[in-house]
Amino acid sequence: MTTTEIHDRLKARFGDDVGPLSEPKIDAFAVVTRERIVEVCTFLRDEPGLELDFLEDLTALDWPKNNQIEVVYHLLSYRHRHSIVLKVQLDRAAPSISTVEGVWKTANWFEREVYDLFGVTFAGHPDLRRIMLPDDWIGHPLRKDYQETGGYHGFSNVRENPLVELKRLDDVRRAEAAKAAGGVDGPAKA
Amino acid sequence: MTARTMDAGTGDVTLFHTSQLDKLINMARENSLWYLLFGLACCGIELMQFGGPRADVMRFGAIPRASPRQADFMIVAGTLTYKMAERAKLLYDQMPEPKYVISMGSCSNCGGLFQLGYSVCKGVDKVIPVDVYVPGCPPRPEALTEGLIRLQELIRSEPWATKRRPAKGSAA
Ligand code: SF4
Repeated sequence: MTTTEIHDRLKARFGDDVGPLSEPKIDAFAVVTRERIVEVCTFLRDEPGLELDFLEDLTALDWPKNNQIEVVYHLLSYRHRHSIVLKVQLDRAAPSISTVEGVWKTANWFEREVYDLFGVTFAGHPDLRRIMLPDDWIGHPLRKDYQETGGYHGFSNVRENPLVELKRLDDVRRAEAAKAAGGVDGPAKA
Repeated sequence: MTARTMDAGTGDVTLFHTSQLDKLINMARENSLWYLLFGLACCGIELMQFGGPRADVMRFGAIPRASPRQADFMIVAGTLTYKMAERAKLLYDQMPEPKYVISMGSCSNCGGLFQLGYSVCKGVDKVIPVDVYVPGCPPRPEALTEGLIRLQELIRSEPWATKRRPAKGSAA
């Protein structure tokens, strides 16, 4: 089944809650409303003929200008060899969405990752903790406006530039050479 | 010759013997350096080659240990994140004195190409003191072998009796 056919069946079932399919790209996507994402996913997984049994990827995008965070679902069917991409647009200030962990188990870690790096909360997630960064990390680094806090637990996040130090030593040496050439009063002053 | 000097009863005798003992002990130490496996990223793969049949560091007496308590030195091989840096410090603290650290590859030397990353520690020497830096991305096993030989040289020239480290080894 082509992506367009999958999209047609989604449209027939959910109407306006599923947006139009984007123009043909590598992965054409449809925007789904935030409230019905779990329903749509369950439908896509269970409906005979669709059976998108594999959540390939779940990730997010940050759009500060539109004040949006988009959560992206890449779905694939092993049985029918077809796929579709869904997107949900969330408010950037307080992004929150229902978890699809009950639909595909693999969503558990994906959602933790999105929570860790984008700060999207997944309502109903059984174990929403950071997955990669330490638990006491401040901020969500893949947000476009993320600012580093300056090190972690006392480890500096600054690396001295060795070239600067070499230049300093060079300057010292040059000054000494100039002084030695300058006259006899050099060492006496020092 | 030693005995005759001893008979003469000069103060030099003790000095003479101490220096020999140093050499003896250091010879034993430098030829049985056991290293703690601490492969973190792509450099870790090269670290495995270092222990494999082609580079064969066991001919220098270096044996990989999986426990810090049996290790003489630690090879930090790869990208050190802040999260891992704390573990690295913990492992280092568990090693018995005297202990050494080889920093392998650009990443653990200075952060390498991930230096600008938010989660990457800018060099393992921010966390624990480093004795030998091996440059490269990744260093070949030959380069790391040279690093080991440099470490052996360091140990050979060390006055064993006075070898001490500050209790808190943090450079940060
Ligand atoms: S120095 Fe290069 S090879 Fe080694 S861990 Fe870093 S990126 Fe990988």
